[in-house]
Amino acid sequence: MSMSSGSASLGFEVKDLELINLTKRFADFVAVDDLTLTIPAGSFFALLGPSGCGKTTTLRMVAGLEDPTEGQILLGGDDLTRLKAYQRPVNTVFQSYALFPHLDVFENVAFGLRRRGIKDVSAAVTAMLELVELGNLARRKPGQLSGGQQQRVAVARALINHPGVLLLDEPLGALDLKLRRQMQLELKRIQTEVGTSFVHVTHDQEEAMTMADTVAVMNQGRIEQMGAPVDIYDLPRTRFVATFLGQSNEVSGRVTGTSGGDLLIEGAGSRFTLPVTRSAVDTGDILVGVRPEKLSISAQGSDIGDDVNYVTGKVTDASFTGVSTQYLVMTSWGGEWMVFEQNRSLGGTLRPGDEVTVHWRPEHTFGLAVDGSAAESA
Amino acid sequence: MRWLRRNIIGIIAVLVLVYLFVPIAVVAVLSFNQPEGKYNITFNEFSLSAWANMCGVPGVCESFALSIQIGLLATVIATIFGTMIAFALVRYRFRGRDTTNLLIFLPMATPEVVLGSSLLALFLNITFPLGFWAVTIAHIMFIISFIVVAVKARLQGMDPRLEEASRDLYASPRATFRYVTFPLVLPGILGAALLGFALSFDDFIITFFNAGTMVTFPVYIWGAAQRGIPVQVYALATLVFFLSLVLVLVVQGVNARRRRRLEAAVAAS
Repeated sequence: MSMSSGSASLGFEVKDLELINLTKRFADFVAVDDLTLTIPAGSFFALLGPSGCGKTTTLRMVAGLEDPTEGQILLGGDDLTRLKAYQRPVNTVFQSYALFPHLDVFENVAFGLRRRGIKDVSAAVTAMLELVELGNLARRKPGQLSGGQQQRVAVARALINHPGVLLLDEPLGALDLKLRRQMQLELKRIQTEVGTSFVHVTHDQEEAMTMADTVAVMNQGRIEQMGAPVDIYDLPRTRFVATFLGQSNEVSGRVTGTSGGDLLIEGAGSRFTLPVTRSAVDTGDILVGVRPEKLSISAQGSDIGDDVNYVTGKVTDASFTGVSTQYLVMTSWGGEWMVFEQNRSLGGTLRPGDEVTVHWRPEHTFGLAVDGSAAESA
Repeated sequence: MRWLRRNIIGIIAVLVLVYLFVPIAVVAVLSFNQPEGKYNITFNEFSLSAWANMCGVPGVCESFALSIQIGLLATVIATIFGTMIAFALVRYRFRGRDTTNLLIFLPMATPEVVLGSSLLALFLNITFPLGFWAVTIAHIMFIISFIVVAVKARLQGMDPRLEEASRDLYASPRATFRYVTFPLVLPGILGAALLGFALSFDDFIITFFNAGTMVTFPVYIWGAAQRGIPVQVYALATLVFFLSLVLVLVVQGVNARRRRRLEAAVAAS
């Protein structure tokens, strides 16, 4: 084994991937709607969204398996838009892998090299099988491998070609939960090791947040919000993002004024404040939102201090999960809120039927526009 | 009673197998017969004479060879065209595709008597000479449907992502066909060809209408049946049966050995 691991010996050239006004229209609907996006070289990028949001179509257009209706795809400045799939320096890990069943693991991995006319493939294939820890299974057929092993072969088969960008289409969807966790770490390790950009399509928000440096949340062919997982989670900019990425509690209100850097809001018989910078709107109707783990819950009448936002309601369900207790609270205006409370206090838990005050700090609040289209999907 | 209930499936299975194999066993047994009169119907005396002298009766081996010749020729041509038709029907959307699908199916549903007699009328009308080529053309025509259906099934069962993966991995359309599509469809094509050959080899009705004075193996047997079938025919039939049996066993044996070797390798790793 003369090779040393690491991107240097694997010879990857990292490149930016740019999508410019990319659009795909099928007969009667727009799958991808005027998408413009730059994926910086070497990043682990997740396209996250529900099925039918256009994420897979976007990926297939980058791979060359689908022709865009409009727009351009650039890799390191080179225009790929008119190139056929087999001419593009881009490789894909397919959903359910699509390994060639008539070829063994070695030949599956060697496939891309052979098609490009490279004669001596054995050193490269061996090195790649080492990277994915499958060296001892080179002569097996895909049908004789476990799901996790097939997954690794699929990754090796794509990566051996040193693609400018590696596309992963729901690569972990076929695995069970435990294996999925393991493969998430594995893929992350491989990405760090080879240094090339990974574009990962998934509908699993936890998977996207765990693995990616940057997450783009897609809905109806558009990107609703893009950024580091922490930032998007902390400050969702649309109702869709707030509910698709994690859980969120909302109350509708109306902006009544400002005070310093804060918006003053009235709604549901209460008053709320939140920093202007954390709100998508600054006048008129607004949705006030907060994540469940940012909330504190206490019996009505107890001291909650000043400068907090609060709502009142009645506990309808309390489930103890060890580290935390999850409460469902029916609020005074009839909306249902979820509260995650760390089990740190000595006092007993609240019970269903208890009248409570749910409160949180203004800087944990976010403000969203009230849009009719996504409002019913809570 | 309880014993019966527990073993009923096994009993039925044995009965079905007996039902299937008794006729073949009778032929095999009678191939070792030395018949008393001209009819080889009751077992008279054990003899190897038919096996030792298979071509001993005039015309038997000639007709046998002719049937194999027609079978091979018709199968090769029908397989080539049938495979191409199957690809066209599965892979492309074109006007008349549904109609073609239906028309391809029709010859299978048409009674052979009808096909045979109408072909005869056609050949006579255009004064095409009956015999080898007329029969071969007729065979190609009726086995092509079976081949299209078999290859189509295989193609439709193939995951389209395999070809996409091939394109993604730098294989041009031609290379994708050669290294992915064709190897994956090949077992289907071979199976279809085998079926085609079997259909051609034992076809009597269509052949009889269009053979003119030519005598294929089934036609020979039909003729001989009037005067008493020579024991050689039984021997040839038994030989064909055992050859195909050996073929099946060899294929299964190779598969089993490959599997065993692989399991050993896995256990050792």
